Amino acid sequence: MAPDIHPLMLLVASIFTSNILLANFLGMCSFISISKDIKSANGLGMAVTVVLVITAALNWAILKYVLIPLDLLYLRYIVFIIVIAATVQMLEMIIDRVSPGLYMALGIFLPLITVNCAILGVALFMEIRSYTFTQTLFFALGSGLGWWLAIMALAAIQKKIQKAPVPAGLQGPGIVLFTIGFMAMAFIGFSGMVNVQ
Amino acid sequence: MDLSFLEAPLIIAGITGVFAGVIAILDSIVNNYGTVTLSINGGKKELSVEGGTNLLNTLSSEGIYLPSACGGRGSCGACKCQITSDVGPHLPTETPYLTKEEMKDNIRLSCQIKVKTDLNLQIPDSLFNVKQIKSKVVTIKDVTHDIKEVVFDLQGETIDFVAGMYMQIVVPGYGKIKGSTQRAYSISSNPSDNGMCELLIRLVPGGIATTYVHEHLQQGQEMELIGPFGDFERTMDDTIMVCVAGGSGMAPFKSILFDMLEKGETGREVWYFFGARTLKDFFYMDQMKELEKQWSNFHFIGALSEPQPEDDWDGETGLITDVLDKYLKEKMGDKKKQGFLCGSPGMINACNNVMTDNGITLDQIFYDKFA
Repeated sequence: MAPDIHPLMLLVASIFTSNILLANFLGMCSFISISKDIKSANGLGMAVTVVLVITAALNWAILKYVLIPLDLLYLRYIVFIIVIAATVQMLEMIIDRVSPGLYMALGIFLPLITVNCAILGVALFMEIRSYTFTQTLFFALGSGLGWWLAIMALAAIQKKIQKAPVPAGLQGPGIVLFTIGFMAMAFIGFSGMVNVQ
Repeated sequence: MDLSFLEAPLIIAGITGVFAGVIAILDSIVNNYGTVTLSINGGKKELSVEGGTNLLNTLSSEGIYLPSACGGRGSCGACKCQITSDVGPHLPTETPYLTKEEMKDNIRLSCQIKVKTDLNLQIPDSLFNVKQIKSKVVTIKDVTHDIKEVVFDLQGETIDFVAGMYMQIVVPGYGKIKGSTQRAYSISSNPSDNGMCELLIRLVPGGIATTYVHEHLQQGQEMELIGPFGDFERTMDDTIMVCVAGGSGMAPFKSILFDMLEKGETGREVWYFFGARTLKDFFYMDQMKELEKQWSNFHFIGALSEPQPEDDWDGETGLITDVLDKYLKEKMGDKKKQGFLCGSPGMINACNNVMTDNGITLDQIFYDKFA
């Protein structure tokens, strides 16, 4: 049974209250490593959002029309990963041809998305929570935008941190992890707004 | 028999197969750039080529060899060419190798540019002359403890070069080194001997190509050579030539000096300073003495920076730059001079300083920029 949540509500919830990064802690590796400058963070955020929406839609269709009817739900992990890898590959080829400028802006980040756990996480949430197709689309879009927002925020904060007197023992990843913790606490402040599980 | 256990593998195979098929079809549509036209030097040469690979390889498959020391991996920055049609902004892989001026002039690293549309290129005309030649090693001789003189027979091919230019050797993969490596060495043989090619190769500890030449290369072995490249050559005026070299930097000067002797340019005054640490790093002394005998305006000044007691050295001692400074100030007169350098970047820098202090302007000092 699909939960009775309006897709727009789901969109807002997945951006703020249950942010895929700061509430569910998915997609941390690229979040930490690519957040050193705003331009790259922006490119990666955009790429994650696009890939999320496309793969969520494809995975929803495969789940609904192949895996559930054949009672092969236990294959979902491997199938989702195949779909994600193939989508990223195709997207890379198409962007390279259609928009070389965007292809260059994304650079190495596009292939890196294949191993971004936020993408697989969204596909699995969509399955566990039995979302409808529209709900899935809005949830995926919201999660992508939320991830984008979080990495842009962290990149901006890191720019400030570069000029701050950070204690020697905390420099580098240490202070970044602290920052992410504080950001997560701030995002929890949104949780009264809408609550979606 | 119950075959339901086949269901899962078949579904996985099916889904994977569908995606593989879609990717393959997409690849053949998206990555098919068709035939594109490369217009070189304002239409001097027009090439119709298949798009889809990088410019460096596309050009070499058409017999035009841009210089490249790394073989297209984007780590040497040698394969520069000017692209006058639009190919988008500079890539992050290119910018470390380009100056601001070069970027403004649309100089690109050809190994990083994928040929997708018709392109207009500018390359030096001399590159049309570059050939890839399957040569055979005739002799390998130790001229010092760490420099080998290697003579290649071009097996019927000829190279048309100006004394001072360089060749690239293609070192095949060996040991832990996968794939071939290209490195550039100045030609030390005479341009009139165009059926062969002599290079001086000094062992660089840990160097891929020099280790191969010193430890693996055998007489009679075949080796790919690409060239000639470069614009280091003597000027054709009446100034005093001040040449400075160390180690295998001897190579271009040997070629230039014997070419001048052969062409009868012995009216020109030439001073050749050659620096080494000890006598065991010194070589070709006989040839230089012989040259002095036949050419009264040629002066060879060898200098040892750390002469050993057993060297029994009665020539100049000290750093080559100090010796150069002394001669420029005391022995060479006021006639207009030009500097020609070949050696390490450090030596070239130091010589540049000494020469400019003695009134030779930077635009009158010539050298190759590779280490």
